[in-house]
Amino acid sequence: MDIMEVEGVVKSFERGIYVLKDVSFSLSRGQILGILGQNGAGKTTLIHIILGLILPTEGVVRIFGKVLTPGTRTDILRRMNFASNYVFLPQTLTLWENLMVYAIMYEVREPSQKCAEVLKMFGLYEKKNQRAKTLSSGQMMRLCLSKAMINDPEVLLLDEPTAGLDPEIARKTRQLLVGLSRERGLSVIYTSHNLWEMQEVSDRVLFLDAGRALMEGPSSELIGRYDVKNLEELFFKVIESRK
Amino acid sequence: MRSRHIAALCLRQIYLYRRSFTRLLETFYWPTMDLLLWGFVTVYLQRSTLGKMPMFVSYFIGALILWDVLFRAEQGISVSFLEDMWSRNLINIFVAPVTLTEYLSSLMAISAIKVIAAFTVTSALGWLLYSFSIFKLGIYLLPLVLNLVAMGWAIGIFTTALILRYGLEAEILAWALAFLFLPFSAVFYPVKILPHVLRVVAMFIPASHVFEAMRAIISGGAFPSAEFGYASGLNVLYISVSIWFFMRVYKKALITGIIPKIGE
Repeated sequence: MDIMEVEGVVKSFERGIYVLKDVSFSLSRGQILGILGQNGAGKTTLIHIILGLILPTEGVVRIFGKVLTPGTRTDILRRMNFASNYVFLPQTLTLWENLMVYAIMYEVREPSQKCAEVLKMFGLYEKKNQRAKTLSSGQMMRLCLSKAMINDPEVLLLDEPTAGLDPEIARKTRQLLVGLSRERGLSVIYTSHNLWEMQEVSDRVLFLDAGRALMEGPSSELIGRYDVKNLEELFFKVIESRK
Repeated sequence: MRSRHIAALCLRQIYLYRRSFTRLLETFYWPTMDLLLWGFVTVYLQRSTLGKMPMFVSYFIGALILWDVLFRAEQGISVSFLEDMWSRNLINIFVAPVTLTEYLSSLMAISAIKVIAAFTVTSALGWLLYSFSIFKLGIYLLPLVLNLVAMGWAIGIFTTALILRYGLEAEILAWALAFLFLPFSAVFYPVKILPHVLRVVAMFIPASHVFEAMRAIISGGAFPSAEFGYASGLNVLYISVSIWFFMRVYKKALITGIIPKIGE
């Protein structure tokens, strides 16, 4: 069953200049969808539209069976969460305080228990009383991922979540996401420039090019269809064909 | 409207102030400096006029304490919003299940907490340094303070909307906009001192009615109900307009995509 449907989404910030052009896709429960594309392809704008931070010029986003509008947004966001490599948490607060704020905001039943659980999940429990400003950029990303798991979301949107992580933590994070998606039915949409990672983790891939959905499907299917060895080769083949 | 959402947003600010000595200092430092500097200037002027202006100290210290109420109320809204922009946390809040009404309510609640904290310190200093008790205004102190807080909120919400519209370029307004009203608010002098044109301007500023009322009460005059009426009416109008403006800017921001830009 589809948990999210994006139909014909168009976004133009200036007349005649399109950031997204007629993008459609769906996401099932427990599925991981990777969005790939060059800088400026519209990946982050698409995520912001799904979060209701930006209104599409045309098209519909339906999540949990409800059309995303300013009126339905709050109910939908209760069951989702988000982390990005470009969005931080207040650095003056401790890790624990940061998570407590969001645990209360998302109306988590046992906030202390949940904060401890997510901090342990991302290997930060020992640092819970440290201020966030003492964290490295990779640790900050892990804290943001902890925040993103605070409400046991059904849909998780991640914008370049592993960009600042060291290979070991990035691998653990990937394993965790795959595990949560298989065990708890967590649906994930994420963007990454790491195409190996995307091939390893994603059930399906959406390739955006200058705002258009160029291709969409399981990465193995796309690789076979275009007669390439992996997603990276596919990416370069597409880029070359445009020149 | 869910109280837990508002409580969470307030808690974030309380944690911030509990952990930041510089922010705490900023809340109390400027009003204390103002009271010390202008308070002693006032005492000196009163002595120089050989008691010809017996109420001078009371007017001036009272005005300093009450002007700070307006300024803190405004800052409580706009600087709290800026805190989330500076820490690049704004998007986390805007993608949480928090309504705009809850967000604005939390800013008002934070503002009220900051006003109470600063007012406690300034009123205590006024009494300790100049033997002036702001509480001699009696029960009338409450409507005076509430009207100043309301005007501070109206300016704060309007400023926040401008920051949401123009980003950090408009940051300076969080400190500057309230001072735009200072010369016309008759804080330290009566409205009748102003030229005719500015007297007309002052009529439309709630604070001018509040400070006229304050001087009337300190002088032992009758309760100036007309001034309270004007101030309250104008405040209802201005808060409504500023909330409408904020909502309009927010709706426009959803179309222009400025929230992710200022939040990252």
